[in-house]
Amino acid sequence: MSVELTGAEITIRCLQEEGVRCIFGYPGGAVLFIYDELFKQDKVRHILVRHEQAAVHAADGYARSSNNVGVALVTSGPGVTNAVTGIATAYMDSIPMVIISGQVPTSAIGLDAFQEVDTVGITRPCVKHNFLVKDITELAQTIKKAFYIASTGRPGPVLVDIPKDVSQQKTKFAYPDKITMRSYNPVTKGHSRQIKRAAELILSAKRPVIYAGGGVILSDAAPQLTELVQMLNFPCTNTLMGLGGYPATDKQSLGMLGMHGTYEANMAMQYCDVSVAVGARFDDRVIGNPKHFSNENRKIIHIDIDPSSISKRVKVDVPIVGDVLDVLKELIKLLKAEKGKPDQAALKEWWKQIELWRERDCLKYDRESKIIKPQMVIEKLFNITKGDAFITSDVGQHQMWAAQFYKFDKPRRWINSGGLGTMGFGMPAAMGVQLANPKGKVACITGEASIQMCIQELSTCKQYKLPLKIINLNNRYMGMVRQWQEFFHGNRYAESYMNALPDFVKLAESYGHVGMKIERPEDVEGALKEAFKLKDQLVFMDFITDQTENVFPMVPGGKGLSEMILV
Amino acid sequence: MRHIISLLMENEAGALSRVAGLFSARGYNIESLSVAPTEDPTLSRMTVVTIGSDEVVEQVTKQLNKLIEVVKIIDLNEGNHIERELMLVKVRAIGSDREEIKRLVEIFRGCIIDVTDKSYTIELTGTSSKLDAFLEAVERSAVLETVRTGASGIGRGEWILKV
Ligand SMILES: Cc1ncc(C[n+]2csc(CCOP(=O)(O)OP(=O)(O)O)c2C)c(N)n1
Repeated sequence: MSVELTGAEITIRCLQEEGVRCIFGYPGGAVLFIYDELFKQDKVRHILVRHEQAAVHAADGYARSSNNVGVALVTSGPGVTNAVTGIATAYMDSIPMVIISGQVPTSAIGLDAFQEVDTVGITRPCVKHNFLVKDITELAQTIKKAFYIASTGRPGPVLVDIPKDVSQQKTKFAYPDKITMRSYNPVTKGHSRQIKRAAELILSAKRPVIYAGGGVILSDAAPQLTELVQMLNFPCTNTLMGLGGYPATDKQSLGMLGMHGTYEANMAMQYCDVSVAVGARFDDRVIGNPKHFSNENRKIIHIDIDPSSISKRVKVDVPIVGDVLDVLKELIKLLKAEKGKPDQAALKEWWKQIELWRERDCLKYDRESKIIKPQMVIEKLFNITKGDAFITSDVGQHQMWAAQFYKFDKPRRWINSGGLGTMGFGMPAAMGVQLANPKGKVACITGEASIQMCIQELSTCKQYKLPLKIINLNNRYMGMVRQWQEFFHGNRYAESYMNALPDFVKLAESYGHVGMKIERPEDVEGALKEAFKLKDQLVFMDFITDQTENVFPMVPGGKGLSEMILV
Repeated sequence: MRHIISLLMENEAGALSRVAGLFSARGYNIESLSVAPTEDPTLSRMTVVTIGSDEVVEQVTKQLNKLIEVVKIIDLNEGNHIERELMLVKVRAIGSDREEIKRLVEIFRGCIIDVTDKSYTIELTGTSSKLDAFLEAVERSAVLETVRTGASGIGRGEWILKV
């Protein structure tokens, strides 16, 4: 007879079996047995954060930059409630993640026990699925299911709630190597007739646009997307989540589209006759007002793994449900086999039109300014890192400038909270990125408001020697809020001024890091170079930037894509 | 339009709240919802009646399908189907009303299943609109209490929802 293991041992064994090398967490009463087992082994490394929100963001950054399932471990009650922001962030961006939470003992559930919350209830709307394991004999199988569900189909976070007594009881351990569920069988292959229709429509296009989203990144289909775009000589625009899916420095790239997208990308999207949406979902920040978008006549091909994303906000002509990678491969094969080519004369005209839009130079800013312009910091960062860094960001103007001015040529290099827009995401996510990519250059572009939401993680960075480069674009305002107040609320800056800021240099130093304050444009480049030379140190760069700078172009809420406010 | 959506789902704790939560989170309308285990005790069958445009109902079914515990789902309005709901209704029945109510119950093919000298308890099955019609036919002030199960539905003929 095989030996029996405790629930805690089983939990750790399952993680080992899944090949998990690094988890992020914070201990507490309900997970003490699990921590005890972590202590006794060294295959799974545990990173102790300073707040559970950061544990989940770090696991998220780890997952996004490596395509492994991120894992976080938190205790019951406040451990879980602190984690919820991180879970919702991952859910909105479809990030594969498993969260293990402790729960009060089964006998205490429902009795308002100390540190009891209805974890399954609280997290239900922001997970792909969750489980409460009441029976130890189901533990291993449940964890297997959690990894399977998290990483297949449209990925997402899955939570496994383990009561303390279950982690203590014993049972025989066998890790299933396969799981089948009659209620969950995500499709991967697209329907061949639909793909054929798509190919025909593509070949008939006169003013095409390929519109690629986060699905391309999630399914690791950047090479296929690039091949498709280049074999057709079509323009390609990426969403905020899709940056890096097509090389941004290539001439066929129109840059990002949407609320703060480029003029050329938004105009092309509005006035195309065929739009090929690849792993994107026509959300409100991308197409603005759906009625306005539908005013123009165009045919839409939509490739997505999630059927519920199709025809949700706009009517689609050729829906293809399937994994972007599989579908793109099929589509490319089909297009290669077809004799025909799209109308080259029409395509030439279309590119001419696009060049005219490009000439509008929608991302221009004052390069001669005597005050540091935030855009300039990011351009310099791009040059100095040769476009090869991992960039995480927080939420606000700095995020949009990062998306506009750092030209991502590779996937999984741009890590941001696109769906939920979670301030506080940047630094913890960067920790996860650095742990997944120990040799990578990792920078976090942030603002003085966002960074303070998870500033405590400077301590975690010290403990694990994570040499992040923190680019704080310090405009003394919640800049994005201030911008909306300037545009839409009569310049009344209600509560958006950041008063009583800490001295970030001293703050960084007090955590044992290097701090720099940069106040003049001519010092920007030198500071960045110096920071990246300090390979083993976290450097906190506090750039004092222009307070009045706004993000352009901008499609105001409720407006259409072609109704941009331009500089 | 009114749609009757039938689903088979894993008979597990929490599955019902996932469905209910989905409707409230996405602002979909539930007119009624009924659920019970099937002949296979690992499966529950649920009937949800919802009202919405075709686009909304398409989203409802897609979103329901995404729930991990939902095994199969059909929109019964996509084909011929039978709909039934059970209602128990207690009405005041005194004097000459007693005869009239009895006649009404006959017309609606219901039956009186409990009697006192002041009231009848009536059992009635049918489509939800038939039950509505019955309630309209009875004098408002005579209705003392009603309880309805919500609609259940099944496809006609060979149309079967099964794993
Ligand atoms: C947790 C959270 N709270 C509030 C907001 C709303 N919000 C969006 S951007 C922003 C301001 C961010 O300011 P800062 O980090 O300084 O960046 P900036 O816009 O100045 O670049 C706020 C408050 C949010 N996105 N997340």
